[in-house]
Amino acid sequence: MSDRGHIPESRQREAPRADLKWIGRSMKRVEDPRLLVGKGIYTDDVNLPEMAHAAVLRSPHAHARIVSIDVSRAAALPGVLCVMTGADAAKVCDPLPTWASPPVLQPVIADDRVRHVGEAVAAVAAEDRYIAEDACELIEVEYEPLPPVVDPEEALTSTGDAVLHPERGDTNIALERTLSFGPVEEDFAAADLVIERRFRWPRSGGQPLETVGAVASFDEGAGRFTIQCNTSMYNYCGWMIASTLRVAPHKLNIVPTLAGGSFGSKMFVHKVPVLAAVLARAVGRPVKFMEDRIDNTTSCDNHASDRVYYAKLALKRDGTLLSLKTRIIDDYGAFLQFGVGQHGNALSQCVGPYRINSVEVDLAAVLTNKCQQGAYRGFGSEVANFVIERLVDAAADELGVDRIALRRQNFIRPDQFPYLIPTGNMYDSGNYQAVLDETLKLADLEHWRAQQTEARKAGRYIGIGVATCQERSVFSATEFWMWNLEQGVEWTSSPDGVSVKIDPTGKAFVTLHSPFWGNSPETVAAQVLAEQLTIDPADIEITYSDTDQGLNSTGPGGSRFTVMVTGAIVGAASQIREKMLRIAAHLMEADVRDLALEDGAVHVKGVPDMKMSIAELADKAHYYRLSMPDDLDLTSGLDATYVYDHPVTTLPDPDERHMGIFYPIMGHSCHIPVVEVDVETGQVHFLHYAAVHDCGTMVNPMTLEGHIRGGTVNGIGTALFEEFAYDEAGQLTTALWTDYLIPTIKEAPADIVVGHVETPSPFTEYGVKGGGEGGRMGGPPAIAAAIEDALKPLGVTIDSLPLPPSRLRALIRKAQGRAA
Amino acid sequence: MAQVSVSFTVNGREVTATVDPRTLLVHFLREELKLTGTHVGCDTSQCGACTVHLDGRPAKSCALLAVQLEGCAITTIEGVAGADGMHPMQSAFKEHHGLQCGFCTPGMVMMGIDIASRHDAPSEETIRSELEGNLCRCTGYHNIVRSIAAGAQSMRG
Repeated sequence: MSDRGHIPESRQREAPRADLKWIGRSMKRVEDPRLLVGKGIYTDDVNLPEMAHAAVLRSPHAHARIVSIDVSRAAALPGVLCVMTGADAAKVCDPLPTWASPPVLQPVIADDRVRHVGEAVAAVAAEDRYIAEDACELIEVEYEPLPPVVDPEEALTSTGDAVLHPERGDTNIALERTLSFGPVEEDFAAADLVIERRFRWPRSGGQPLETVGAVASFDEGAGRFTIQCNTSMYNYCGWMIASTLRVAPHKLNIVPTLAGGSFGSKMFVHKVPVLAAVLARAVGRPVKFMEDRIDNTTSCDNHASDRVYYAKLALKRDGTLLSLKTRIIDDYGAFLQFGVGQHGNALSQCVGPYRINSVEVDLAAVLTNKCQQGAYRGFGSEVANFVIERLVDAAADELGVDRIALRRQNFIRPDQFPYLIPTGNMYDSGNYQAVLDETLKLADLEHWRAQQTEARKAGRYIGIGVATCQERSVFSATEFWMWNLEQGVEWTSSPDGVSVKIDPTGKAFVTLHSPFWGNSPETVAAQVLAEQLTIDPADIEITYSDTDQGLNSTGPGGSRFTVMVTGAIVGAASQIREKMLRIAAHLMEADVRDLALEDGAVHVKGVPDMKMSIAELADKAHYYRLSMPDDLDLTSGLDATYVYDHPVTTLPDPDERHMGIFYPIMGHSCHIPVVEVDVETGQVHFLHYAAVHDCGTMVNPMTLEGHIRGGTVNGIGTALFEEFAYDEAGQLTTALWTDYLIPTIKEAPADIVVGHVETPSPFTEYGVKGGGEGGRMGGPPAIAAAIEDALKPLGVTIDSLPLPPSRLRALIRKAQGRAA
Repeated sequence: MAQVSVSFTVNGREVTATVDPRTLLVHFLREELKLTGTHVGCDTSQCGACTVHLDGRPAKSCALLAVQLEGCAITTIEGVAGADGMHPMQSAFKEHHGLQCGFCTPGMVMMGIDIASRHDAPSEETIRSELEGNLCRCTGYHNIVRSIAAGAQSMRG
């Protein structure tokens, strides 16, 4: 075993092939009809008899002690069923689930102090939402303000009253650690050149159109909760909600509804279902709590990475990249939901597509008076992409070489896969040169370089950016391990299950144990099962399990769904196929080795007329037990369940020399935007945008392109407009979509030209890789590079995002001032 | 607060109700009539997920009070399809992958039908200009534009 670990044998059963019928086809989506006619059931569309409605009073202060709360006027309002304070909630539930070790305790309603604007101070259940909101206004709270902590670097030295969680010690540093992989000091000593930059990555968030919601009910007789909500990981760790509610895990059933978008923000929804559940138990009726937009922006699970980087890239004069060192201060807000998993995530691909020999990350996770962080498309890896790409651009500029040429020189070569990076994670496969070549073709670089030259003569500023980014997929549980100071959640499983049944008439039923959260789970499942059983996707019905019925399933987060459900369906379908072949062999008096499943029937090879259709076999399997051998494998029916484990992971090294393989199904992308910057207004216009992604074997190119384009526009939002901005007092100044600017159709490029390279994974079924996050992981560094290139004549350097017109104008003014 | 009586039609059906005067149209449609296809996204009229047709023109139902609608005709996403299945604009969204999570989709379809009714063969530029008030977080808008162009063509027959 090397210092980087070892690579296990592949467990792939289905190799990619050219003659696939359904996989690779842009099949129209199975999910669409009900969504299009307004009949999809999202959480807010759930209505139960006697259902009450909740609203939440939220803190107007960033940091304060709660001196007193008087709820008497609110409780007396006609139609109010219950008013619950933090003290009341603490009597009936425990702190919210967390992956942080040691934990940062987070109450569902603030106890004696509020730690960010928007934190819940009291909750009301009433006959309708209007009354519940009225009641919130009647609650009188006396606060004693405490010093707000807003700047992450200042949070490093907070003491006294400025400390958010004094029980953890007199500091706002939740965790500080250095992880080092490979000979960092030697590599830096051997370097001819060290590029040093400070970067600032802004706090943005998924902000799906639908907020988070839950409809909870409590059956007093059974002592049991049912919660319908738009969460994702309910079949992996939904039981944690039961612990918070102080019931045994089997006394909680979580039923997924459709989610109106997530982008990670509904990965493990915890506050909202717990709140609805404690209110439901208190009032003895079902309670719906649907966040409004301010509930969501001020107190959701989806504020994302908010980082300051001090980064150093060591390289040789000939352009050979050697080592990367980063000091990161990450502003986690008031609590640590996922620990610092976002940094484990980033270590899966922190060297980008380049041969870099060693890496050191020195992380300080600080607590400030802001909403907690959660997950957003990239989960921290998008920030690492931005940092490495900006450093490579800077290195090329410093060396006076072409930015594309320096990338090419340092790319991992196709013959080097599978490839272990210094952190121990594996890149399973790739062809970065091919992706770059294809993008350059689509981008028509020569044309735009000529346009740029002409434009500059005319005083216009056109720029071209190139980013070559990793797009890791299929996360596994060990990504969370190494950062914990104490032993934390040290799970090693991250499977996904599926149940498949063929009914007596030959129709297929698939039960998924992961939810719909805006992706295409039903379409993927239908295509893969159709491929496996040679049936028509129109003959497949797909439903979602609740936790009562659920199999261990980690869910779609971390670009897992397509790979994992493909694997699970291959497993289940092979059991069904084997049983059909055995039944057919018996009934047709043939050797099972002479049979084949094709076009919906089992036939004797070379004798096309000797066959039985799947419908005939299903009928026999269900109703004709006495026609079969008395074999325990041939019990009546035709069904299978299968839990597919992560295709390839290894344990972290006990001595922390490496993290093991934890995020190995490695996609890649190249983005080349062409922008024009109006230096008078600071506006950025996209003249062209080319993006090529390699997500291995494509299951459905149409939906993959949808993800790429949509993700890229998310990336444009992050790069140019979006920021959860807190002022010095800790007020969120962008709490509504009037100020938090998600791209409208006017900001989205008229066309994003999308291309593909397919380098199949040798480890997954059919060679599929995940592709849910790549657009946002590739867009920001490419856009930053394009803007910098446009403003090169002015000498503007881009180190921080976002770049709305006001900030870009400030940079331009500063540069022009320098020139003058 | 004194309740107010109001009568209007929704999807061709007469509705007479006594409502709290502050009731938003979108809440009336969703809570009273259980027409949950019309969605609430942003609460501040930015996103357009709540778009319905008011006397044949698109309107954001989160920015209207139910009591304003005396004598008006409202059409929601549930009311656009004929007896034989989807409206051509809905079919076009399916054909061109104009939706992912589907939450903005009812508003987009209602806008699409309106755009098609006011523009003969709307250009991409026209569609993009008309959709300024409707947000989608999933698609990057590309396929929504294509869907509306195709839907408009189908509607012309």
